[in-house]
Amino acid sequence: MSNAASTRADHEIIINAVPQGARVLDVGCGDGVLLKRLKQERNAIVRGMELSQAGVNACVAKGLSVVQGDADLDLALYPDDSFDIVVLSRTIQATRKPEMVLKQMHRIGAKAVVSLPNFGFWQVRLSLLLNGRMPVTQGLPDSWHETENLHLCTLLDFDDLAKQSGFDLESVTRIAAGKASAPSRATSNVLNWFSEEAVFVLKRAGMPTR
Amino acid sequence: MTSALQILRLDIGLPLDSGAIFSPLEIGYETWGELNAAKSNAVLICHALTGDQFVAGPNPVTGQPAWWANLVGPGQIIDTNRYFVICSNVLGGCMGTSGPASLGPDGQPYGLSFPVITIADMVRAQAALIDHLGIERLFAVIGGSMGGMQVLEWIASRPDRVGAAMPIASAARHSAQNIAFHEVGRQAVMADPDWQGGAYQIKGTKPVKGLSVARMAAHITYLSDAALHRKFGRRLQDRNEVAFGFDADFQIESYLRYQGSRFVDRFDANSYLYITRAMDYFDLAAGFNGRLSDAFTAFKGRACVVSFSSDWHYPPADSRHITRAMIGAGVEVSAFEVETDKGHDAFLLDEPQFHEAMAGFLAASAADQGL
Repeated sequence: MSNAASTRADHEIIINAVPQGARVLDVGCGDGVLLKRLKQERNAIVRGMELSQAGVNACVAKGLSVVQGDADLDLALYPDDSFDIVVLSRTIQATRKPEMVLKQMHRIGAKAVVSLPNFGFWQVRLSLLLNGRMPVTQGLPDSWHETENLHLCTLLDFDDLAKQSGFDLESVTRIAAGKASAPSRATSNVLNWFSEEAVFVLKRAGMPTR
Repeated sequence: MTSALQILRLDIGLPLDSGAIFSPLEIGYETWGELNAAKSNAVLICHALTGDQFVAGPNPVTGQPAWWANLVGPGQIIDTNRYFVICSNVLGGCMGTSGPASLGPDGQPYGLSFPVITIADMVRAQAALIDHLGIERLFAVIGGSMGGMQVLEWIASRPDRVGAAMPIASAARHSAQNIAFHEVGRQAVMADPDWQGGAYQIKGTKPVKGLSVARMAAHITYLSDAALHRKFGRRLQDRNEVAFGFDADFQIESYLRYQGSRFVDRFDANSYLYITRAMDYFDLAAGFNGRLSDAFTAFKGRACVVSFSSDWHYPPADSRHITRAMIGAGVEVSAFEVETDKGHDAFLLDEPQFHEAMAGFLAASAADQGL
């Protein structure tokens, strides 16, 4: 789930992916830091959905239009094409049904921006190989029994699911040690090894394939 | 009615949901602050079942403090230095607006010949007042409990006239449980021989026992189990052991009796029947083929739906129902659930989280509307 850090590398990339004045829904918006920046820096029309009541309350007190909701259940409420961009930052790995969530996003907006921790990152692979225990890294800071993450994946895995859900990849941006690289047009083995985290910019292509 | 009340008399015929045309219409109302030149800073506050127009500033009739003195006033969250705040007594009420205790055209109190009214009728009367004040569009409409129902009715029936809507601890329809509690209250009133078939004013009696029992039952629904336990527990009233009788042994009994007896001094029994009935009849979706979201599609303003975690009278689920319908309708909605153990009454109390949410919502709405 999103945390309170005011300068998150994925936030910078997401903000860059949002055109001026776009209608943006941030699913899992935490305390609204990203929404506020999108409003200020992109003049975006922003709405949020957040699971934790504390997060929602913080957003409303900031004057943001945010409702309490569960990405797994409540995205179905939003009408088709009600937004230009649907954002899911550091949230998909905590959903129960990532594929359903992606398909709902596909229906609600023509564009989706998803940031996620990459389980294919070399440090994660090495940690599992050498220690034989579930990796605990900067990007995956909680132990296996404490984490809210239910569905960890690698960049290649997510790339597959996005395509299966009816999206084309517009760009994928690698983040490592809190720094973003230049965006790439496609996911690759190299990116998968060297991205601690990544931001996918997806655009609606066809319909979901299954 | 006493001269301390500001009353507007309109010789219009107000068409009611029942099909009746009500005339003449009197509206007891109060305002605070100044209407700006663009008439764009008006806030309408809608009161709850037994509330009145004295949302700020003490009530000159009862001598009681205002019911939202902690929120409305100069420099407060609903800042009367900034906003022109309007609050009117509801149709069917007993604080200056036409109600069953008012005198009808024949010079006699209406009693039960007063037409049965609805929440939509209350809003029609408010709209007549707003027209009279020359205000086309309200910056915000805010209300708790039954006041929240009026807020919802405003944006459903007059979507272009509202910029920001804040229904608090409310519902888009009255639940069976709420109808049931109201029916207990009404039966208590009507079972009192002094009710006299509703003609107690003419007969010179007052159904104080019935009305006070109605208030006692209702008062329980305004508080949570936890709040009652914290405030009273099983503590005894002015005694060390139970008296083996039916006196008020327990503090909670004594408290409820006090609440009941105080209520009858300020409230009319027939008004209680009419207003509870209006609430029971409220089902906003019914006018939209059962689809609540259709009630909100024409509303282009902002909404903030507030609920309180321990409110079992209008539980958070009722508010979520409203929020979900608004999302489906594409309304810019935020939803806020206050964590509190104070029950339904929390909307009247000092709840910092609630007040923060209201401040944030109003500030953002004012920025949106260029205020």
